[in-house]
Amino acid sequence: MATHAGGLTATRPVRVQGLVRGFGERTVLDGLDLEVGAGEFVALLGRSGSGKSTLLRALAGLDGDVTGSGLVDVPENSSVVFQDARLLPWQRVLDNVVLGLRGSAAPERGRAALAEVGLAGRERAWPSELSGGEQQRVALARALVSEPELLLADEPFGALDALTRLRMHDLLRELCARHRPAVLLVTHDVDEAVTLADRVLLLDAGRVAVDLAIDLPAPRSHRQPQFLAYRESLLRALGVDQTEG
Amino acid sequence: MTASVLARPRAAATAPARKPRRRLKPGRPIPFGAALGPFLLLAVWAVGSAAGWLDSRTLSAPWTVVTTASDLVADGRLQDNLAISAQRAGLGLAIGTVIGTVLALIAGLSRWGEAILDGPIQIKRAIPALALVPLLILWLGIGEQMKVTTITLGVLVPVYIHTHNGLRSIDSRYVELGESLRLRRAVFLRRIVLPGALPGFLLGMRFAVVGAWLALVVVEQINSTSGIGYMMELARQYGQTDVIIVGLVLYGLLGLLSDGAVRLAQRRALSWRRTLAD
Repeated sequence: MATHAGGLTATRPVRVQGLVRGFGERTVLDGLDLEVGAGEFVALLGRSGSGKSTLLRALAGLDGDVTGSGLVDVPENSSVVFQDARLLPWQRVLDNVVLGLRGSAAPERGRAALAEVGLAGRERAWPSELSGGEQQRVALARALVSEPELLLADEPFGALDALTRLRMHDLLRELCARHRPAVLLVTHDVDEAVTLADRVLLLDAGRVAVDLAIDLPAPRSHRQPQFLAYRESLLRALGVDQTEG
Repeated sequence: MTASVLARPRAAATAPARKPRRRLKPGRPIPFGAALGPFLLLAVWAVGSAAGWLDSRTLSAPWTVVTTASDLVADGRLQDNLAISAQRAGLGLAIGTVIGTVLALIAGLSRWGEAILDGPIQIKRAIPALALVPLLILWLGIGEQMKVTTITLGVLVPVYIHTHNGLRSIDSRYVELGESLRLRRAVFLRRIVLPGALPGFLLGMRFAVVGAWLALVVVEQINSTSGIGYMMELARQYGQTDVIIVGLVLYGLLGLLSDGAVRLAQRRALSWRRTLAD
């Protein structure tokens, strides 16, 4: 059985020890250890099938039906952003944002969250009337409106076009600076990881193979030499040879 | 989606040299096209009656039917019978809808509920509601109870089947979303399950309203002393085809009206959907 120990550690919101997860015969996570500090932005890289999403789902408590063991200690108040915006098509935008909120202040907080992602005035729109990028912004507003201590994001920009993705990076960085949640961002995009994260983890064979602190001044850009150095070392660890290209 | 296709400028039409592309669609809709068929039918009927090809004992003329209808309205028989019929159908429809929906929710939300309920209802579905009438007469007599029960049974099945199907086809990603937001069961039901099952429920209702009138016809023609069906049955004994046709037209109108009402509700309630039909 998967174990989920609820609890709160002020300094280290996320603590994972000896996490094992598997599907049938195949072991995906094999004794993984992970700690994420308060307000820390961690990007999770890895080849497809390396267990990135499995780890994220374990942290989100969305893997009730898998076999596994290990300690997972995450804050009670955590939010998930999925790859698809996952808005309820039959609820208007504002109702989607406040879906998980209780109390009479919910609409007000929802409006404020929508304004923060630049969608003030679209409260009464149906999700189908929004573009893909706008839908994902609503999903971000929904995730942050509850002021989570931990934000779990599973390739949230994977389905967006390159230009929209860059705008979303800026937005996410702003929002994280303001709300200071701990973030675990699963991505397959090395540039995205280096641009956004304080720390990049590389998952391989069910464990954390590389743990790289990114020490770059903001605003980060592809033109910084250190940026390229981080990028290259991560690509090499992923098994991509840059010299050929 | 469709709008953008239609709005695209017709490049082929403006380019002089190019032959216009063959249109494969049936073309523009004819104004009031839906009324054309019935109108033609009415015309044939009227001409046939006026020319004397149709014996009035076989089929009364349209104008006879109209005057008969106004006579029936004048002496109050039509309204009284219609009120009784509408009450039976409405009562059966209401009870059947509630039971069907509740059963669908129980079967849709719990494995035990599905295991216990789904089988019997599928069996009931295989037995026409009207085949149960003899048994229901033995159990409940020939009064209102039997009539309303028959209608209820006819309504319950489509409401259950379609609502249950709607529930089952709610995207599991939305269930996962609810879990990730730690929604309480009541909120999950109100915000995700019920609206998700609404399209199925409304489709079930369209079958249900038609089923209600259908069951009504049968129960009112057996051992009844009131209602449109009774009025028609009596007319048969006296050979009054005009009265029978008034009843038939009435049934048709009621069916059309109630189906239209459900369709209107469907359009209102599902305004969030963008489908090809829009």
